[in-house]
Amino acid sequence: MTDMQSIYLLIPLLPLFAAVIVGLFGSQLPRSAAHVLTILGVGASFALSAYVFVDALQGNVYNGTVYTWLTSGDISFEVGFLVDRLTAMMMVVVTFVSLMVHIYTIGYMHEDPGYSRFFSYISLFTFSMLMLVMSNNFMQLFFGWEAVGLVSYLLIGFWYKRPTAIYANLKAFLVNRVGDFGFLLGIGMVLYFFGSLNYDAVFTIAPHLADATVSVIPNTEWSLMTMVCLLLFVGAMGKSAQVPLHVWLPDSMEGPTPISALIHAATMVTAGIFMVARMSPLFELSTTALSTVMVIGAITALFMGFLGIIQNDIKRVVAYSTLSQLGYMTVALGASAYSVAMFHLMTHAFFKALLFLAAGSVIMGMHHDQDIRNMGGLRKYMPITWITSLIGSLALIGTPLFSGFYSKDSIIEAVKLSHITGSSFAYFAVLAGVFVTAFYSFRLYFLVFHGKERWMEKPHEEHTPHTHEVAAHSDDEHHHVVHEEHHGLGPDDKPHESPWVVTFPLIALAIPSVIIGYVAIGPMLFGDFFNGVIFVDIHAHPVMHELAEDFHGAGAMAMHALTSAPFWLALSGVVLSWFFYMKRPDIPAAIKAHTVLINKILENKYGFDSFNEKVFAAGSRFIGNKLWQIGDVKLIDGLIVNGTARLIGRISGIIRQLQSGLIYHYAFAMIIGVFLMLTFWFAKI
Amino acid sequence: MTDLPILSLAIWVPILAGIAVLFTGGDKHAHIARWVALAGSIVAFLVTVPLYTGFDFSYGGFQFQELIEWIPAFNIHYHLGADGIAVPLILLTSFTTIIVVIAGWEVIQKRVAQYMAAFLIMSGLMIGVFSSLDAILYYVFWEAMLIPMFLVIGIWGGPNRVYATIKFFLYTLLGSLLMLVAFIYLFHQSGSFEVIDYYQMPLAMNEQILIFLAFFMAFAVKVPMWPVHTWLPDAHVEAPTGGSVVLAAIALKLGGYSFLRFAMPIAPDASAYLSGFMITLSLIAVVYIALVALVQQDMKKLIAYSSISHMGFVTLGFFVFNQLALDGAIVQMISHGFISSAMFLSVGVLYDRMHSRQIADYGGVANKMPKFAAFAVLFAMANSGLPGTSGFVGEFMVILGALQANFWYAFLASTTLIFGAAYTLWMVKRVFYGEVANHHVAELTDINKREFFILALLAVLVLGFGLYPQPITELTNATVNQLLMHLSQSKLPIGL
Repeated sequence: MTDMQSIYLLIPLLPLFAAVIVGLFGSQLPRSAAHVLTILGVGASFALSAYVFVDALQGNVYNGTVYTWLTSGDISFEVGFLVDRLTAMMMVVVTFVSLMVHIYTIGYMHEDPGYSRFFSYISLFTFSMLMLVMSNNFMQLFFGWEAVGLVSYLLIGFWYKRPTAIYANLKAFLVNRVGDFGFLLGIGMVLYFFGSLNYDAVFTIAPHLADATVSVIPNTEWSLMTMVCLLLFVGAMGKSAQVPLHVWLPDSMEGPTPISALIHAATMVTAGIFMVARMSPLFELSTTALSTVMVIGAITALFMGFLGIIQNDIKRVVAYSTLSQLGYMTVALGASAYSVAMFHLMTHAFFKALLFLAAGSVIMGMHHDQDIRNMGGLRKYMPITWITSLIGSLALIGTPLFSGFYSKDSIIEAVKLSHITGSSFAYFAVLAGVFVTAFYSFRLYFLVFHGKERWMEKPHEEHTPHTHEVAAHSDDEHHHVVHEEHHGLGPDDKPHESPWVVTFPLIALAIPSVIIGYVAIGPMLFGDFFNGVIFVDIHAHPVMHELAEDFHGAGAMAMHALTSAPFWLALSGVVLSWFFYMKRPDIPAAIKAHTVLINKILENKYGFDSFNEKVFAAGSRFIGNKLWQIGDVKLIDGLIVNGTARLIGRISGIIRQLQSGLIYHYAFAMIIGVFLMLTFWFAKI
Repeated sequence: MTDLPILSLAIWVPILAGIAVLFTGGDKHAHIARWVALAGSIVAFLVTVPLYTGFDFSYGGFQFQELIEWIPAFNIHYHLGADGIAVPLILLTSFTTIIVVIAGWEVIQKRVAQYMAAFLIMSGLMIGVFSSLDAILYYVFWEAMLIPMFLVIGIWGGPNRVYATIKFFLYTLLGSLLMLVAFIYLFHQSGSFEVIDYYQMPLAMNEQILIFLAFFMAFAVKVPMWPVHTWLPDAHVEAPTGGSVVLAAIALKLGGYSFLRFAMPIAPDASAYLSGFMITLSLIAVVYIALVALVQQDMKKLIAYSSISHMGFVTLGFFVFNQLALDGAIVQMISHGFISSAMFLSVGVLYDRMHSRQIADYGGVANKMPKFAAFAVLFAMANSGLPGTSGFVGEFMVILGALQANFWYAFLASTTLIFGAAYTLWMVKRVFYGEVANHHVAELTDINKREFFILALLAVLVLGFGLYPQPITELTNATVNQLLMHLSQSKLPIGL
């Protein structure tokens, strides 16, 4: 094994070892051992990832097998690594954000009885996510894919006493399984038609199968590539929360805030984006698939943004913002701008992790009150949280020179240049989305950090929106709702800034949130960073090519933006939110009163949840009950099994009459029998 | 090594150990009975280990053969042998017996010697089924193993055990009788009870179909396949924990194994002809039974239905006729042996404390039993087919293999990803999560060292084979390959 191979192996294994040791022996070890061990593991993993990144920048690519997982006939499944620049970038992002979240957790969870369990889970997550991004084949990709889903399940339900949390984690797992259902079928198609699950082999064969068709329904011909890509994309829709499989992500906010930042914003939810970018050689062969991807992404980007406007729970606003930004990334994929999607994935990982961790800091400062209507004026009490939140928000809305600007503006430009079906709708959606994003982001910002200190006048409301929801979903859990742990500030309390273990990660994430876009846009989008990794059919989908022609450096791009639509849309969003929530709070209230119907639709989140609850969940239980009660109990058991038994019982009941117990009856029967036998005996002779 | 009659040892060591346990006396000497049983089960496991270490992985035929004349008048032999399909199942059997002995340690307080003896003897008999190459010998073992199982449920079972045992006994006996008829017919045609002779025997299509259906009746009940599955939930609910473990982990595999040993190679043309029928029944098991499992209120019933659904993958894997699916079906049998054992043991842990199997009686168990909850979640995830656990491997292979036959087979089979997770994790949610539900749950104590040991052992295996399933397929590869070659050759008499 070469040195590099050992390093590749150590990167995922160090967090795994830390997770296993802390997980198994956490209760025997001192409390500090939990964070020391896991931070050492993830820290080393980050340092090594950075080393690998530098190595990859020199053009080194590694593709090799670690061990053969299973052989069946001619087919062999392997565990192996593919480390190119795409992988290396993901490794750095994942381990960096993970490291920050580990440090942050020391402060955020320090009173929690499940302290070591939490550290074990997040380290296990880091391992799983690394296995996902480092894979060189579909089998291991699926392993990582489901493993991050498992850890997400465990962490959303971390506070397993809360009915809302254990509702949310089951929901998250099952919705993700719906995505994985498609994903697995896609993998099955790949194995069948390409004869291998190794990326290398599949991508080599793909162009030869570009025009292949399959006849899944007799007498129909579907393009093989379209079908494979769409099935794989169903998996991405689950993991990256695209409409209509997005329903689990807002509820996942039931988990502790550090994991909302790590898993449900920065890394796991972007796995779908990463996967599609990795599969660019396949997706490029199906414009139908790309169109679908783009339209789904556009719907998610715009309509999930609307929902961010009416949320009052600080984490939910950020969650809907995440959904919307994932939609942006998906749109970029659809436009064949894979590198732009990856670029936005990276900038988003920094500023969205920052926003979530800042939200967590606010929640700590507010003594676990999450309702932004009870906040206000926090900038005085929490200066670091305030400044870093502002930086995160500016990055999110795409303020020129901030990281989010470069990635988001590139997406908008790419969609503008795209001509595939659905691109005009997508262009409208991403443009309108800019305004919406700016509006809800600064609504949150103003309500939390500026204006009146509302916790003084209104101690706290007992009802947060999501407790309502759960009560509506499952009546049987209604009585548990009172146990919600929302304390809030007392009348004499003041919010306080968080300890350094919390503020340090905020600062460390704020830096790349500002500068990474400026630094990286040149090489990543228009340089050779993704050469040989991401494949674009330049003739069919020339978007990136045309985009490069318009690009004259990061500074010029920022200057040019001042005269373009997105900038003014974002600015008007900010100004409007300032006017509504700082100057004239009566206006949003009045609007709300006059738009009852729209408001109701938004509050019901377009009805996805109640539809799923009533149709899929209740429907399955109904069918299950009928199959059981009618199929098993009545027909099979009642009619056939016990029916046969009853029939035999009845017949034997008749025969039993013959057994009278009187000896002369038997003797008589015997004599007759003997006569009959003798008769036959003689007749034969 | 090969000079020793390993298979005979594998069969008779546990049976003799069982008889020895019977002689330890009444419940006054229960602790002696337990230790003798444990020693016996460990020795019985150790004698099966050479089946793996001495196995020739490249040879697809029968190894470790033993041939002794038994009833010359009817040309019946004591003929043993094991191939790559039988060996993993034999190892599973001897391993599971140790688990069962430990699991019953202080839980069983009445007729301890008889209880332990029943499992040891049953273990030997089931290994006999897996290693017989003579039809009559096989039939004797097959029927004989019903008796200890009947006794286990009938003596140590729950309140409704009489109904359950009779249903179990009659269901399986009726099926088996048709199998005997098939054997007699085959003997009549060939003058031999040698299974290997039957493989070479030409048979007309209508003969093959009748023979296949006769076998089908016997094996489908055992697997069990829809619609002859309804004995299983009842038997599980009434059986003591050990009984459920053996039933799920091994007894069901007798059916699956026998399809591969008899029905398919003896009647390959009929197998191909009826494969659509078999696949349909398998897919009904996967989908229909999963939905039924979703609405169960009794944990054991839920796991029993889950077993049937998982066994649907086994029969599906058999009848799509490719190596990936068939290997996958065998892996699924082995993996299901571990996972279903673990699931039933987990229910046993709860039942021993609360004397209830009703999901509604629980809630928030994780608060009081954190170690146990960790195991339960792991096994639940394995049952939901999470990659990294053995539960994933077989399903993954069968789904991928089935897709090569028909996309819709894979489509329907893949619904297990959703339904399997739904019924398993919904149960976990209601039993383990939430606030402590009532004062009975509040009084629960976490698992003791003995319980920890067996659950940990199974956890290691579930994870081990999930991360590295290669040892199983190494065993099966050559045999499965040979079996598929055999199945592809028509046995119809020439000229027809």
